[in-house]
Amino acid sequence: MPLETFRRETREWLAQNCPPEMRKPSRGEPDICWGGRNWKFQSEDQKIWLERMAARGWTVPMWPKEYGGGGLSREEEKILREEMRAINARSPLESFGIWMLGPALLQFGNEAQKKEHLPKIARGEIRWCQGYSEPGAGSDLASLQTRAEDKGDHFLVNGQKIWTSYADKADWIFCLVRTDPAAAKHKGISFVLFDMKTPGVTTKPILLISGKSPFCETFFDNVTVPKENLVGTLNDGWTIAKYLLTHERASIGSGLSLAAMRSLPGEAVKAYGRDEHGRLAEPLLRREIISAEIDGRALLATIERYKAEAKAGQGVGAKSAILKYAGTELNKRRYETFMTIAGSDGLEWESERSEEGVLPREWLRTKANSIEGGTSEVMLGIVAKQILKLPGA
Amino acid sequence: MIALDEDRIMLRDSAREFLADKSPVSELRRLRDSRSEDGFSRELWSGMKDMGWTGILVDEDHGGSDFGHVGMALVCEEMGRTLTASPFLSTAVMAATAIRRGGSDEQKKKWLPAISDAKTIVALAIDEGRKHNPEATALKAEMAGNAFRLNGDKTFVVDGHIADQIIVAARTDGEPGNQSGISLFLIDAKSPGISIERVIGVDSRNSARIKFDNVHAAGADALGEIGKGYGLLENALNAGRTGLSAEMLGVASESFDRTVSYLKERKQFGKFIGEFQALQHRAAHLFGELELLRSLVLSACVALDKNPDTAGSSVSAAKFKAAEVVKLAVSEAVQMFGGMGMTDEVDIGLFMKRSRVTQEFLGDANFHADRFARSQKF
Repeated sequence: MPLETFRRETREWLAQNCPPEMRKPSRGEPDICWGGRNWKFQSEDQKIWLERMAARGWTVPMWPKEYGGGGLSREEEKILREEMRAINARSPLESFGIWMLGPALLQFGNEAQKKEHLPKIARGEIRWCQGYSEPGAGSDLASLQTRAEDKGDHFLVNGQKIWTSYADKADWIFCLVRTDPAAAKHKGISFVLFDMKTPGVTTKPILLISGKSPFCETFFDNVTVPKENLVGTLNDGWTIAKYLLTHERASIGSGLSLAAMRSLPGEAVKAYGRDEHGRLAEPLLRREIISAEIDGRALLATIERYKAEAKAGQGVGAKSAILKYAGTELNKRRYETFMTIAGSDGLEWESERSEEGVLPREWLRTKANSIEGGTSEVMLGIVAKQILKLPGA
Repeated sequence: MIALDEDRIMLRDSAREFLADKSPVSELRRLRDSRSEDGFSRELWSGMKDMGWTGILVDEDHGGSDFGHVGMALVCEEMGRTLTASPFLSTAVMAATAIRRGGSDEQKKKWLPAISDAKTIVALAIDEGRKHNPEATALKAEMAGNAFRLNGDKTFVVDGHIADQIIVAARTDGEPGNQSGISLFLIDAKSPGISIERVIGVDSRNSARIKFDNVHAAGADALGEIGKGYGLLENALNAGRTGLSAEMLGVASESFDRTVSYLKERKQFGKFIGEFQALQHRAAHLFGELELLRSLVLSACVALDKNPDTAGSSVSAAKFKAAEVVKLAVSEAVQMFGGMGMTDEVDIGLFMKRSRVTQEFLGDANFHADRFARSQKF
């Protein structure tokens, strides 16, 4: 289909099918639809929107149709995004299944696994969490100790994960486990999937400085995992882990577009007003904000450039570490400025006016950006080693 | 956003090869140490003509190669890597843009082929004070019959001492600070009343202070419409700012590459200094900044190729970031080279000197931050 026809038809469809409630500016986290067995829709419109988009495969526009995707090309997907943005349409569904497990299964999963899991992710029926970090394996992820013993037709899993995002709300987990304790640390890891309802799985939320508990400790006590839930090759899970980490780092852009719902210039003008030339009336802050705005533009342009280069067969590889590093550091910088702009209003933690401290909680949440998914220091180490090839890095 | 296609990659590679051969950094030293009259090599300039660079923004009907802004920037970046001194930016980028977009048919027919053939060097005389500010143009052009008389002073006229022609921004109406009332004239640098003082800069390159004392400009010497020259001037300057940002990317990238090599050679405490994480992370951070800058420079080129009249915010974003990144790159380079970085013998200092000029030229970081902000109504 010619792109212009696709654009016209997409625009018409969205105009007819995106419910009014789903065109209101999202407040971020409280308005996200995560889906899953126990999901309680925040509104009827949220439910309708998910169903309609899922029916077209547009919750995962670029996945193949046979797995519940939209089968769109990169260009078509871009048009869909643009047209959604044009009417302020919210994303119908966000999930770790979409961002992480799906791409990994498409790359490494067998046909049965793809058929079983991908459509449920696309329809928002199963919510996934990621079992990576352990108390003793943070930046040094490959030293993880959770054991999966071979018991013939199944693995017996024992150990503990930490920082498992939304483990208490998730239905299934994709998990890194040690299947060969004798091998070198990168060589004895496998990638398995299991239901969080399996006996022996318990979760315990961790209270964070934001006052919220998006992360959990997750315990596995003699958890039985069928062999067919092994993804890829036994003891070669690190390949998938690395692929996913790269994916996660590259997808930081979508995380940032959530943050971009707050506009620094907009908030600053509301707070300080303009001078007689139409400039922000606070010149010191103006310079700080412009610098952040230009860096934001540079980051988006770099994401786009890497996409174009990847498409042209010019390898991007370890450079995705730059996106993770620059994106998260910028986001932290931006939130420091939001807090400056908000002044004492931004310090309200429990009040109706502040919607129970949305801003200070978001500000605190951004501090995790440069820790999760590989710290800034790990990212710089990757650049030093893989790109600059510095000795001993 | 685009990835470089094969033609452009070829252009970049051939530029790199040509400049490494004809104008390595040692060539700048030779010009400096021999106190060259011109401050650049005419042989090199003629070589650039053979490469198609002098006509890089000139259309084919007027003898140019018309590679577009992406191509122009690739060449500038490579010139930044070798610290190449030439009138490329003033003549082939800014003057060519001004004449192509604002010249009469006659002016185009006369000057565009002359630029493409490397027969004419054209300098832009814009700044009058210490800081770049085209709106503040005060040099007066008073109507006298069908002609004009120009009176006033210009400073930091890059390549002014070797220019055959000068494009001068003058005020025919309004007050300094107004965008309207600015007119451009394209006049002979040897016109009576023009006095040119060559100034050798910190980067061993050249600019001039120029006095205009009752200089005659015919009506036909006006470039574009009288009183409405600001938009045209912005077109020319934006092309120049983008080329300059690309040069800054080259200066920063080259000093970075040399620094990374040094980190792998220099030993202290029995180790390569590149083994120290304190230096590794600073180098890696700088690599990230260079990547971000590269994207903004490319965005500005794409915006200029698409529509020069709406490219201002992309150009300012690039020039702002270029100033910050090049400053960081050369500062880190000198620091990591240690004592050697302070010596004249090691080239790094030359990169630092050039970087300082490029930060100031055509608007510093503050100028472009403000311009970017205004484009966003902020």
